[in-house]
Amino acid sequence: MRTLLVWLAGVLILVGSSQVALANGWNMPVGVSSLSGEIYGLHMTIFWICVVIGVVVFGAMFYSLFRYRHSKGAKSANFHENTTVEIIWTAVPLLILVGMAVPATATLQKIYDPSDADLDVMVTGQQWRWRYEYLGEDVSFNSNLATPRAQINGEEERGEHYLLEVDEPLVLPINRKVRFLFTSDDVLHAWWVPELAVKQDSIPGFVNENWVRIEEPGIYRGQCAELCGVDHGFMPIVVQAVEEEEFDTWLAERKEAAAEEAMGIDREWEMDELMERGEGVFGSICASCHQPEGQGSPPAFPALAGNEQLIEDADWHIETVLNGVSGSAMPAFRSTLNPVELAAVITFTRNAWGNETGDVVQPSEIAERLEE
Amino acid sequence: MAPKVPPQAILEQSSTAAEAGHGHAHETPPKGMLRWLLTTNHKEIGTLYLIFSLTMFFIGGIFALVVRLELFQPGLQFVRPEFFNQMTTMHGLIMVFGAIMPAFTGLANWMIPLQIGAPDMALPRLNNFSFWLLPVAFGLLLSTLLMPGGGPNFGWTFYAPLSTTYGPPSTTFFILSLHIAGISSILGAINIIATILNMRAPGMRLMDMPLFVWTWLITSFLLIAVMPVLAGVVTMMLMDINFGTNFFNAAGGGDPVLFQHLFWFFGHPEVYIMILPAFGIVSAIIPTFARKRLFGYASMVYATAAIAILSFLVWGHHMFAVGMPLVGQLFFMYATMLIAVPTGVKVFNWVATMFRGSISFEPPMLFALAFVVQFTIGGFSGLMLAIAPADFQYHDTYFVVAHFHYVLVPGALFAILAGAYYWLPKWTGHYPHLRLSQWHFWLSVIGVNLTFFPMHFSGLAGMPRRIPDYALQFADFNLASSVGSFIFGFSQLLFVAVIVLCARGGQKAPAQAWGDHTDDLEWSVPSPAPLHTFETPPTFHRPAH
Repeated sequence: MRTLLVWLAGVLILVGSSQVALANGWNMPVGVSSLSGEIYGLHMTIFWICVVIGVVVFGAMFYSLFRYRHSKGAKSANFHENTTVEIIWTAVPLLILVGMAVPATATLQKIYDPSDADLDVMVTGQQWRWRYEYLGEDVSFNSNLATPRAQINGEEERGEHYLLEVDEPLVLPINRKVRFLFTSDDVLHAWWVPELAVKQDSIPGFVNENWVRIEEPGIYRGQCAELCGVDHGFMPIVVQAVEEEEFDTWLAERKEAAAEEAMGIDREWEMDELMERGEGVFGSICASCHQPEGQGSPPAFPALAGNEQLIEDADWHIETVLNGVSGSAMPAFRSTLNPVELAAVITFTRNAWGNETGDVVQPSEIAERLEE
Repeated sequence: MAPKVPPQAILEQSSTAAEAGHGHAHETPPKGMLRWLLTTNHKEIGTLYLIFSLTMFFIGGIFALVVRLELFQPGLQFVRPEFFNQMTTMHGLIMVFGAIMPAFTGLANWMIPLQIGAPDMALPRLNNFSFWLLPVAFGLLLSTLLMPGGGPNFGWTFYAPLSTTYGPPSTTFFILSLHIAGISSILGAINIIATILNMRAPGMRLMDMPLFVWTWLITSFLLIAVMPVLAGVVTMMLMDINFGTNFFNAAGGGDPVLFQHLFWFFGHPEVYIMILPAFGIVSAIIPTFARKRLFGYASMVYATAAIAILSFLVWGHHMFAVGMPLVGQLFFMYATMLIAVPTGVKVFNWVATMFRGSISFEPPMLFALAFVVQFTIGGFSGLMLAIAPADFQYHDTYFVVAHFHYVLVPGALFAILAGAYYWLPKWTGHYPHLRLSQWHFWLSVIGVNLTFFPMHFSGLAGMPRRIPDYALQFADFNLASSVGSFIFGFSQLLFVAVIVLCARGGQKAPAQAWGDHTDDLEWSVPSPAPLHTFETPPTFHRPAH
């Protein structure tokens, strides 16, 4: 009778605690993609298998601990081998594992089939932002952390989506197969959105594939999952999944805007315009390393304010921004930013924080250099 | 039943032994620091290893508490992300290479000669050298924190190119310190193999050896097989950083994924290096306090060997998200799941040893029982992580942090603590203070579970590892983890108190400190064990069946 009670209590505690664990926000999300539910199912199956084995093993152990106490005068038996039992407890787990491997293999095969995609999106990790490029559509943009530093430092109240908000989300259509191509410009990153059940490393020199078919419109948030340096904790991902028609309209608008921007390359820009645009680009792209006031954080990230080489040698400055510095953390921005943005940010850094060179670098000049 | 102690060994304890004219060949050891610097005695070197690892455990523990303090609530309060990354990295490196591994080596030094009836390790001078490499290695590693640009900040797994092209200037020092620590491990392993294979008491076959000796024999082969791979990979880093090679630099035609293959080919067996000796300790303690022979001795040995062999075939499960081909993914998934079988056999054997025993709950047994339960929980989450499709969701989250801490802290560390409590009477001649030991145990169990259990939930809910700040939905879990970590961290001071008290005095322990039924050879020498034991080999008597 007492044994039965002990067993019952054990089972109740385990079931109770697992019920808590299943509550929202404590468990893996079921997700909104065609495969996320299946992955959740595998997770729960293996979880319950572990719970059952745990109940049996810990049950037997705690039963023995209570039943055979030395203090209650228990005398120890003298067996120390039993071939039959040992074969059984080797074979049974093996069978359970085979049973588990079958559905896992099936799901894995589906994950590894990115064929027949309706849309290709190139995802490039950079310290510390994501760059999205809709392949064949001439639309691309960077996606940066939008949470103000003041919130991180506790000077402002933290918003609902603290650290999980970006300036420009990745917009994707629902019900279409979207193929992702992952790569990186610098170190390893990993693109992960739990609700989409997609996590893939982005690796310099490699292009990894994965895919998703989102089934519900909504906003889904994630983060970089591979340590990538100082601001690893500050490169979130936001996916905005919209109805197909809405997506088509959005994409057309973005294409038009990109074409308009391209027109801007040929015209003559005023200093003020470039400074204003450049300040924005600097804030979202450069400030994470070179700091908002250009003071840098040596030795890894040199100061730009008062940097003599930068002030004296405009040509070297442009070269560095375009092509990066090999063997250092400074990436090449020639394909990340467009000529207008490049001209603006170079003009800005040549004239901000006391770097009063008076130089104006025109987008047309940059475009020419890019063609060389 | 138990072999007789050679009479001169007993006399050795007495300071008058030499004067009494026994004309023994032992030179008087030098006094003071020199004695410890020059000692070739396995017991003294064992003690040095254990004190060193305890020191490193506290240093690594302080780093962990800095991490937990910063993660106590959302926002950046105490440290900057630059320093946070150095803390996570140094915590991992110090705990793995400075605390857990040397603790097991210290126990091996003390106990293997005693358990096989050998007078000392086979290569005593080498033994001294392998210990004294460690303070050099870790002094160097810790000094990087004071260098310009700070210490290593790329995680204990130091993935290239974050650790090469993008690493701090101190990375070269980090590489040198890993080289030195690696040499120390390899020499230690060679010594242990030589001791076990050549110096067993007459009559003791391999299948008569205590499991702690068996698990260490297998662990030593793992060490010799994989430490050179680590040395190779850090040398390639050194070349990339200082000599212009491009092993891991994609821009120069190198391969960042190659780094991970090499690292984890070392790294996965390394995991077993840190757990197999723990299995050995627990397999000694449970039979002692269940007053019943270990169930399935032979299958324990085979299971240990099976785990060791499989450990070379599963490194890819750390890399499920790097974009391996489907076949590779499947191979590593199946091989990893297979490890659950021999591991399960071990747990079942421990439970079967307790079944129909006569169980008491002295401090070593408390830690050993907690080990079985908590290590099994870590094993369960390991099984979940093996399922590749689900691993896409677990990978690099706090779920993984929870998993490997369950295996390493309430797993490996608890086994080390259990071993320390079990053998302290043999080392000092006194029993550890009972009340203090019990407080240490219960506070540790509560602290460790409060720290690491909520990490399963924060990971599943979507929190990546190695981030200095986090979204608001993870706040409650992190609060619990931080509170738990402080309880756990500070309760380890009790352990220091227990050791100091035990070394100074306390209830006297007889040779067979845990009862007359303990027949391993270490219980045949007096407590405390004299400096020199088994100068005449004991005769080994196989326990009657």
